[in-house]
Amino acid sequence: MASELIVNGHTYEVRAPVGASLAHVLREELGLTGTKIACNEGHCGACTVQIDGVPALSCITLAHAVRGEVTTIEGLRDHPLVDAFVKADAVQCGFCTPGQVVSAAALVAANPEPTSEEIRHHMAGNICRCGTYPRIEEAILHWRG
Amino acid sequence: MARLIRTEKEVEGRFEEVWLVVEEDALDQWPVGPLTTVGRDAERKDAPERVRGEVRYTADITLPGMLHGAILRSPHAHARVAKIDLSRALSAPGVHAAIGPGDAHGLEEEAGWLGAPVAAVAADTAAQARAALELVDVEWEELEIVLDPEAAVERELFTAEPTRYERGDFDRALAEADVVVEGTYRTSVVLHNSMETHQSVCEWVGDTLNVYISTQYVWGVRDEIATELGIPRDKVRVVCEYMGGGFGSKNDAGEYTFAGAELAKRTGRPVKCALTRREENTAAGNRNATIQKLKVGARGDGTIVALGGEFVNAVGWTGWSAMTEGPMQMLYACENVRTVRYGAQINTPPMKAFRAPGFVEGTFGLECLIDELAAKLDVDPLELRRKNYADSNDGKPFSSKNLMECYALAQAQWDRRHDVRARSTDTWKHGVGMASQIWFGGGGPPSYAWIRVGSDGRAQVVTAMQDIGTGSRTAMAQIAAEELGFPLDRVEVSLGDTSRGPFASISAGSSTIPSMGPAVRAAAADAKRQLIEIAAQRYHLEERVLDIVDGNVVSADGNLSTPVEKLVEVLEDAQILGKGARGPNPTGMSVLTFGIHVVEVAVDIETGEIVVDRVYAAHDVGRIVNTLGARSQVEGGIIQGIGHTLSEVRLHDPASGRILTTTLDAYRMPTIADVPEIVCEFVDQPDEHLTNLGSKGLGEPPIVPIAAAIANAIRDATGADVHELPISREEMLRALEAAKKKEKRGAPAAV
Ligand code: FES
Ligand code: FES
Repeated sequence: MASELIVNGHTYEVRAPVGASLAHVLREELGLTGTKIACNEGHCGACTVQIDGVPALSCITLAHAVRGEVTTIEGLRDHPLVDAFVKADAVQCGFCTPGQVVSAAALVAANPEPTSEEIRHHMAGNICRCGTYPRIEEAILHWRG
Repeated sequence: MARLIRTEKEVEGRFEEVWLVVEEDALDQWPVGPLTTVGRDAERKDAPERVRGEVRYTADITLPGMLHGAILRSPHAHARVAKIDLSRALSAPGVHAAIGPGDAHGLEEEAGWLGAPVAAVAADTAAQARAALELVDVEWEELEIVLDPEAAVERELFTAEPTRYERGDFDRALAEADVVVEGTYRTSVVLHNSMETHQSVCEWVGDTLNVYISTQYVWGVRDEIATELGIPRDKVRVVCEYMGGGFGSKNDAGEYTFAGAELAKRTGRPVKCALTRREENTAAGNRNATIQKLKVGARGDGTIVALGGEFVNAVGWTGWSAMTEGPMQMLYACENVRTVRYGAQINTPPMKAFRAPGFVEGTFGLECLIDELAAKLDVDPLELRRKNYADSNDGKPFSSKNLMECYALAQAQWDRRHDVRARSTDTWKHGVGMASQIWFGGGGPPSYAWIRVGSDGRAQVVTAMQDIGTGSRTAMAQIAAEELGFPLDRVEVSLGDTSRGPFASISAGSSTIPSMGPAVRAAAADAKRQLIEIAAQRYHLEERVLDIVDGNVVSADGNLSTPVEKLVEVLEDAQILGKGARGPNPTGMSVLTFGIHVVEVAVDIETGEIVVDRVYAAHDVGRIVNTLGARSQVEGGIIQGIGHTLSEVRLHDPASGRILTTTLDAYRMPTIADVPEIVCEFVDQPDEHLTNLGSKGLGEPPIVPIAAAIANAIRDATGADVHELPISREEMLRALEAAKKKEKRGAPAAV
């Protein structure tokens, strides 16, 4: 089934079977592999994208049901958070990291000066098995440099 | 000169006598302390591309014409395939090939655990492949299952012969001790759950097999595949440029790779075979459960005279039995030690190495026992540890040991305990606990590196190691930059491909820095020597007055200072090649890592809720290469350890052996909201006997003492002895209840 998907400002004609997840379409159809799939069932946050600025788990979002504009890590590559993550060493293996950045970007857009507590609340759905959490907190606290 | 030596090789606490070709390590160590690049904070070289999602993991690899494989797994914990029929699966939509037991290494007729691989299918999409698995018709003959490790030991169902050890006379020493403490400690199965699941892409090009795989050991995978497939090793190319974690679980090729290779061969197309998260929670390895029956005897003055332990490792159907008794044998100066370790073969998924296997579990038991002894003797637990400090490892000298310095660093943290306790209320009890850390982490030969210096004055380290996410590229670049006298941003690192670069160490057993670092430094020294030789000829100066500093060739009198790229412009497209090898480990010495954690907790004695407020860590791992990356390693290890201690447990159905916790909401790993304040320090003292670098590994040490430190803090706060991991609320309430009874009988409370 064909439908339109707006991702990072570009409009794509998507041909994917009904039932395909947004994560699958982004990665397999559009080649946007920055979005990772780690659990594929909504439990880890690795696949986080924004839909109209709101974080969404793309692995449990049906591609055909998306109405808003999708922003993936590829659309946030110039975001100051990237630099903040690098400086704070908020990345080890990096598999969770794009999802962390996408979540964090939504947080700071809504709340440019989040407290540690707000960061911990907002970011609790993004698992990092390497345990970069203290660094992520630091990166978000100082995201504007 | 190359030398052939017979030596003991250690990986993850497993020792092997091997023949090794080693090269001399001719370089003197650098002076103590931070240098120009080494010993300082360095941002990860590959951080921007990782953060931006630009790097390609195995999960991101799609090759033209690629098919997707899926593995059929046994629905029984112990059964044999009586009959299997693949024909319905073969004719399912999108399916190109199906294979059964015996068709690929790892697919077997006898399934010893629920989830054991039996058959595999390749189809156009992963969904089609998984759907086709439902159409594989198997007739199972069910066999007896044993799930209780103690029952297995009783019936002598072992994965290997029991391992016994004794020094001195344990029985007599125990009988003569003034004080004896005993306890049974249990640890549960926990899972690695790397964010990237186990997976590979196999592709045949002619008679060469290319394998893209998320692995900690490209060379090991190459060797395993070549051996199993009966093809020359150089006909297997293994690539892992970026991987999403491993933690010990990704040291081998895995059934998914053997199945993928066979399916790729049959279809003539590349095949990706990726485990789902649920498979990852079942079939990708685990830290096995243990049961530890421990005894300690001491004199009234606190001298430990006897240590004994019976250790049961619930290994699973296959796997190896880790050295759970290691800490008991090595941490304290005790003359009389007796241990026995059983590897119980039960019908559960096989264990795999997991971040300091054995020592994490064994340290929990031992360091809790020692604290209980301190409580019984009414002495300060830190003093008790100082008093029983080991100066040798069973007579073998340590290449270096600065645990006493770790204790000294930790003293101020330990002294906080009076203030912390004073924060207690009627329901929330606060306390401080500590535990020591001992583990391997010395690495070893062989490992090799090359360095290319081009006419642009930039250097590239080339070596076929892998970076499991610990920052290996950055550390290697720092070492090369330091030795070459180049700025860090002029050094790149190429790794992760057996066809590109020389043999390199496994990324396990905290061995990356101690094994690879010295080889990279030796290669850099070789390249620098050549640069100096060229400079001497070009500028008509003696070699001994020349040096390279911050990317410039300089003379001792200061008259010459010219950029390296000026010197080597004559090379044009060509390069200077430096080569380096890892020299031998010091003979007759024990190379070990040490540390201490001091933990502050709060316990709600009504509900059993436990909150870790603060963790202090001091580690002695020789010279620190990247101080920023090192702190991240320590934090990561502590956080993973807090998960093991408080929330993570892989449960199985005791009747069927089915794994009950297969999703990431059932298997509860720490989130950012669970992280305490973490403070860490290092005794940044090079091991003078170990290589030209004096560095040991840090990947594993930080996870070793955390569980015991938390348990000991709980005892300090509440007087309760927790004996089981994870410390669930039930275990906490049980321990509180037992403490109440003990108090009634008049036993002393915690010191
Ligand atoms: S991959 Fe979507 S939540 Fe885990
Ligand atoms: S950096 Fe490895 S999972 Fe987060």
